[in-house]
Amino acid sequence: MEHQFDAVIVGAGLAGLRAAIELGSNARVAVISKVFATRSHSGAAQGGIGAALGNEEEDRWEWHAFDTVKGSDYLGDQDAIEIMAKDAIRTVYELEHLGVPFNRTAEGKIAQRPFGGHTRNFGEAPVKRACFAADRTGRVILDTLWEQSLQRGIEFYDEFHVLSLIVEDGVCCGLVAYELATGRIHTFRCKALLLATGGAGKIYKTTSNALASTGDGMALAYQAGAPLEDMEFVQFHPTGIYKLGILISEAARGEGGVLRNNAGERFMERYAPVIKDLAPRDMIARCILEEVRAGRGIDGKDYVHLDLTHLGAEVIGAKLVEIIEFAKTYAGVDAAKAPIPVQPTCHYMMGGIATDADGRVIIDENNTPFRGLFAAGECACVSVHGANRLGCNSLLDTLVFGRRSGIAIRKFLKDAAHTDITSDPASDAAHRISELKAGDGKEKSGAIAAELQAVMMENVSVFRQASGLRATLDTIRDLRGRWTRIGLADKGNCFNRDLLDALELGHLLDLAETITMGALYREESRGAHSREDFPDRNDGRFLHHTMVRHSDEGPQIFQKPVTITRYQPKERKY
Amino acid sequence: MKCTFIVYRYDPEGDGQSGYQEYQVDAEPTDKIVDCLNRIRWELDPTLAFRASCVHGICGSCAMVINGKVELACQKLVRDFKTANNFVIEPLPAFEVIKDLVVDLAPFFDKHRAVKPYLQNEAAAPEAERLQDAENQQSFETALRCILCASCTSACPITRANPDYLGPAALLRAYRYISDSRDTETDERLAAVDSEDGVWGCKSMWWCTDVCPKGIPVTKCLAQIKRLLKQKEKAASRPSGPG
Repeated sequence: MEHQFDAVIVGAGLAGLRAAIELGSNARVAVISKVFATRSHSGAAQGGIGAALGNEEEDRWEWHAFDTVKGSDYLGDQDAIEIMAKDAIRTVYELEHLGVPFNRTAEGKIAQRPFGGHTRNFGEAPVKRACFAADRTGRVILDTLWEQSLQRGIEFYDEFHVLSLIVEDGVCCGLVAYELATGRIHTFRCKALLLATGGAGKIYKTTSNALASTGDGMALAYQAGAPLEDMEFVQFHPTGIYKLGILISEAARGEGGVLRNNAGERFMERYAPVIKDLAPRDMIARCILEEVRAGRGIDGKDYVHLDLTHLGAEVIGAKLVEIIEFAKTYAGVDAAKAPIPVQPTCHYMMGGIATDADGRVIIDENNTPFRGLFAAGECACVSVHGANRLGCNSLLDTLVFGRRSGIAIRKFLKDAAHTDITSDPASDAAHRISELKAGDGKEKSGAIAAELQAVMMENVSVFRQASGLRATLDTIRDLRGRWTRIGLADKGNCFNRDLLDALELGHLLDLAETITMGALYREESRGAHSREDFPDRNDGRFLHHTMVRHSDEGPQIFQKPVTITRYQPKERKY
Repeated sequence: MKCTFIVYRYDPEGDGQSGYQEYQVDAEPTDKIVDCLNRIRWELDPTLAFRASCVHGICGSCAMVINGKVELACQKLVRDFKTANNFVIEPLPAFEVIKDLVVDLAPFFDKHRAVKPYLQNEAAAPEAERLQDAENQQSFETALRCILCASCTSACPITRANPDYLGPAALLRAYRYISDSRDTETDERLAAVDSEDGVWGCKSMWWCTDVCPKGIPVTKCLAQIKRLLKQKEKAASRPSGPG
């Protein structure tokens, strides 16, 4: 089946929906999503969205920008960070106007709370900057934007999996997608295509991410020739529920929760004397593992305690409702009475499809645009998070840059035309699917995925070193070979999850390779990337972005300079 | 430990027959039911179809019937059931089955759309936020927990009897906007659900509240709409005072 739109958006999370709303009735827009819109993983965001509203205490966007730069370990592009921190205030007011039910202060303003790495006056003390709706902030924003999209009559193609992007002479002019319910192949022709497909946490064994977080957009762009940026920077959130990885929001510490080791000691006081348990995530994740290595994990195991028992019923009941339920349901812990067992869990990809600050995908270090192709949200790398993202900045990123992408696409559409497609991408895709189904290989996606997730967790998570990274690259390439020998048990056309698993696994393997290569290349420790064999940050050699481009000879690494405006790199202490 | 999963199967491309298939799964007491289903899919039978994504009760994908009751498969653990490690897994009732445990939720979302699920306020927005009383925001806090999983609507006996009934989930969304002080179309919203296909279809049977995986007091929220309608009726029938 063929469809023609002005713009096609892939992904119905916050970035995709915000862009769709921006384009609204000005263009014919389709939103394609692998899962129904409200199932998107943006809905799992708990703690809040950062903006220097100053509703609870003095705050300034410049402080927010500085915190973000420092949090990024000086790898974030400061021009883009300034745009984000300034626009944050308008963004949150806009959300409120659209109907997002934020918690309120006594005066009826949007309530705010402290969050990791967010400080007043360039690092003096924690500041209340996170705007929130209990601990389901992402969910209510997702619902609101989805409902706004319904009101605007935006067309959704739910449960469609994108197979490939269509590129003619370096211009992106559409995509080929697979309809889950019927197995039909659809061609979408468009003048502008926005990828907003979110993260890729399923590369790792322990993750807070959804089953659907398989990095499809990043892998599709990469295969189509767009470089990926800073892929080695993978955020491990310090407080996943032990063994399960389910997220316990940083809001728990924002509201006063503390981390304790097996002696009951509030150990973050030793590592970050000023902001303690509100230090950034990369640092706390490392500290937890240091405590475990020193034998101070609970019962000698690889986890610590998150203690909320002193917060009182009012805070827990009004502001931390969801996580209290999570602790009860999954860990069997009543968090009002006992500490929650936690350990770091793969949470967020700082890296992604390289874009400029208007969502245009770029193909080189000079910001040359990939005509017709845009990206926003977690799948993109603007880069505002650099080597480590601060909590509350991901919702902000999706909305600020989702909107800016929408605006850029609207301008682009004014003088863009549909490009003639000379190849037959739909037949190519159909052929690929039927070959996959006909294959009689003995390999199974589930087994290969489990091995990939285990080795990535072991060697490419919080701490890394050359030998483990090299061994992991070998393993990934071996798994890639096995992936080509997958035999599908399901040959049907209706909800063929077996087929989808195989396609998603291909994406995970591509991205795992870029992450591991970037980690091996970057012989320093910066933000979330900690090389045990290179424990210090090395601005002389590595104050630049790592770019990876796909080629027939394998991934090629090149560099892109970091934009520094007002904050010169300094030692990062909290 | 060994668990037995008896799972509803239906393949529209097969012989048209539905049936049940038995799987033996090695599971821990703390495993989620959805983990067990994934293990079936990944290790035993990749043809099994079901929806799941966030696997911690926030995306709303995996509502299904577990041992006779509507549940989220990601929010129930093996140890939560006293059925000697035997599990019967079936698709949500009241919706058409597409394949195995996957149902067609289009009618559910059509009803959601019918209640105009978006803030309506024609007044120009201020530059900053609209002010809202914290107490007002908290008054519909429970309704904000809804994840559109369709459990309540699926379990509701009225929904099953009257296909035109809006159902508890859509009415709960109406309640959320009726309660929100920032929304100015309260009267229109109330009028739109003032019928047997609307809130009066609810006979307070509590099944929705009973199955809600987010603990939302759905029946009470619907009762609140009924109360507002009664108050309006009373106010309208009262003779207007002098002057």
